[in-house]
Amino acid sequence: MSVLLMLTRHPVLRRVLEAALTLLGVSVLTFTLLRVLPGDQITASYGIEAGALSPEQLADLRAYYGLDQPLVTQYVHWLGGVVSGNLGVSATSRQSVLDMTVAALPNTLELAVLSIAIGLLLGVPGGLFAASRPGATRDSGSQVASLLALSLPTFLVATVVSTWLANTFGWNPNGEEFATLAQDPARNLQQMLLPALVLGVSIASPVFQTARASILAIRDEDYVRTARAKGVPSRRLQYRHVLRNALIPIVTIGGLQFGFLLGGTLVIEQIFSIPGIGRQVLLGLNQKEYAVVQSTVLVIAVLFVAVNLATDLLYRVVDPRVRAE
Amino acid sequence: MLNLRPGAVTVRTMVVGAALVTSLAAAGCSGASKASGGASEGPLVFGISADPTQTLPYLSTSTQSLQVLGQIYSTLLNTGPDLQPTAGLADLPKISGDGLTYTFTLKKDLKFGNGSALDSTDVKHTFDTIMDPATKATSASYFGSVKSVAAPDPQTVVVTLKAPDASFVSALSNVNTSIVPSDVPAESLTTKPVGSGPYLFESRTPNQSITLKANPGYYQGKPGLPGVQFRIIADEKAMVSALRSGAVDMAVFDNSVTAKTATASNVKVATVDQLNFHVLQLRADAPVLKDVEVRLAISCAIDRKQVLDTAALGAGKVTGPITSPAYRSDPDSRPCPQRDVAKAREHLAKAGKSSGVSFTMITSQGLYSTAVNEAQNIQAQLKEVGITVKLETLDSNAYVQRWLAGDFDAAIALNGGSTDPNTMYARYFTSTGSFNKVAGYRSATLDKLFAEGKATTDTAKRKEIYAKVSQELEDNAAWVWTYTGNLYIATSSAVKGFEPRTNGDLSTLWKATMSAA
Repeated sequence: MSVLLMLTRHPVLRRVLEAALTLLGVSVLTFTLLRVLPGDQITASYGIEAGALSPEQLADLRAYYGLDQPLVTQYVHWLGGVVSGNLGVSATSRQSVLDMTVAALPNTLELAVLSIAIGLLLGVPGGLFAASRPGATRDSGSQVASLLALSLPTFLVATVVSTWLANTFGWNPNGEEFATLAQDPARNLQQMLLPALVLGVSIASPVFQTARASILAIRDEDYVRTARAKGVPSRRLQYRHVLRNALIPIVTIGGLQFGFLLGGTLVIEQIFSIPGIGRQVLLGLNQKEYAVVQSTVLVIAVLFVAVNLATDLLYRVVDPRVRAE
Repeated sequence: MLNLRPGAVTVRTMVVGAALVTSLAAAGCSGASKASGGASEGPLVFGISADPTQTLPYLSTSTQSLQVLGQIYSTLLNTGPDLQPTAGLADLPKISGDGLTYTFTLKKDLKFGNGSALDSTDVKHTFDTIMDPATKATSASYFGSVKSVAAPDPQTVVVTLKAPDASFVSALSNVNTSIVPSDVPAESLTTKPVGSGPYLFESRTPNQSITLKANPGYYQGKPGLPGVQFRIIADEKAMVSALRSGAVDMAVFDNSVTAKTATASNVKVATVDQLNFHVLQLRADAPVLKDVEVRLAISCAIDRKQVLDTAALGAGKVTGPITSPAYRSDPDSRPCPQRDVAKAREHLAKAGKSSGVSFTMITSQGLYSTAVNEAQNIQAQLKEVGITVKLETLDSNAYVQRWLAGDFDAAIALNGGSTDPNTMYARYFTSTGSFNKVAGYRSATLDKLFAEGKATTDTAKRKEIYAKVSQELEDNAAWVWTYTGNLYIATSSAVKGFEPRTNGDLSTLWKATMSAA
């Protein structure tokens, strides 16, 4: 008991414990939800032909897919495998889920990095720009643009833009076979360009709103006025005193968005045929491939928890007050 | 008010940001010309909407699996333009007088893609594998009448039936019955298919593509293309864009609007019939639909053309039960060829239900696009004659489960057709059929007619028998058949020599060539 208390009191150990409990919760929830949904791998694979199978054949198939085991046994068996590095095997592609994830994750990661970079590059300067003259045309204009970017569904923008480019210029790199960054960097960047832009623009909006609000709040602080009175040059004031202190909420929103992106942007990956982790989950769901869905969702959850942890650590870098705590 | 005077700085910052984004765009665009160049010099790129889920022909159910495997494997028989059996790996069989023995003679010097000879041992191995209950082959039902398969010499296959079955031959042109090599284990075929079709398996990137190369030893002649790549593009709009930009050379759609969008100066779209049929399944086993008068009232109250127009924008044909091209039912021979509200009320009165009836109808969301619209239109039409339909819209998995269990009064369904009417309906409407519980209707007349049809090899006589089957089904309103949809085969204008056929049959793809765009 005292060990547990000690663990919960230590800030880092407490975070690790929280993360482990979160992951356990995710694993139980995913496992349960998948089984609550109607249908199983047999109906997904055989469709209506499952009705022509004899009871013996059905029993054989249930045993083959491990569906004849009690739920607890299935769960423990799967989780035991995951802990020992075995994420299961896809019955459709005969690939291990680990191999599939290792192949899909870099694509999702690349898309996430590019999207977040575009989002930050558009959002943060946009926030600075708008906050420089609150209420002026540049401010209201930027806010309208930001709201527009937030309101337009990404799937709609993605479809319209890619269809227009294909029909007008015959340019449709995502119709080509997908190439990873290592295989063919030029083709890969072409294929990542549109999805990253579409996602980046949609991310830029909350980043912009956060940056603007945060900068507006900081610039009225006493220390900014003091610095200004002491004759600190404008640029130095802007970056060293205002932007740096406004970074915490921006880092938070950036971290959250990045975490979501690592979970795979299912719709965008689907529209642009990017073989990422979101698409892997979707295909797994369609085929009722329990191992694929459970293990991939768990990997996504691990990434999300890791990014959140990294964001917290980043606070310590950008804010000395957190370090002092 | 504090003035940070940041204008110049923030604008500069934005310019730097914009420059970075632009540089990414420039990097992306640098190879754009390659992407827009079309695929005329490489393999033909065939767009499919999902990764094939099965790679063994006899276990395959998904359309994508059958499309891909149909190019890798060959069947004992092929089909002609009307989808009737023609010679394939073997000539059309010699049938014994009692209709029990089918003797097939294989063509000479047949080979699999791995170089090994294809002979009667492989045919026997394939058919025995399909019939083995342990295989759980989806095509096992085609071999229900088969007693034994023998290979007396390398070129001869003798199939002995338990009872005459005229529909047996039509199954042998189905991709599900493709011949697999007897000396390659099934597990190996799962990851690396070995067939004798026009194209040989080369590589597969799961969820992305399957690449095939021409089989120089193909028994029908040299394939017209150096290869075929099946590329998985899940989003239909993305598929249209890929067609129009030349990244994909061929794709099949069932949506008329999508097909229209795909049509362009460099893309031609052919419209063909489907064997699949849209139907309102009525379960006569359900107490509320037990009375034939109630079912006839429902049948008379529904304007099939309206269902077609509302749900599928008119892209299809009103149909009767049988869609097999050689045995097609005449939809005008049903009790109410046109909607007849007065007659519907008359039938209700005869059933003693003048005040109306109420039943539950299941439909699916996500299984195919028109299901909910069909259900809502039928619900509205029936309401006008006092029939109340309680609509249950289920997700595809829940729907399939309820459907398989026969757990419904009525169901909106899209059921698979066949080139042979016995294959199409015996499992539904014979009292021992594997889906009779789902169909919910059976009669001694139908049992007798299906038995006669199965035993009759003469095509003209079979046509008469199945016309009677069709009439029996319609007169008893076993189900309410509504329409068959169109299928649209979109090809780049560079593709020549492919003959679009009913049901999107790809058996002539091997003849296709591509000219430089």
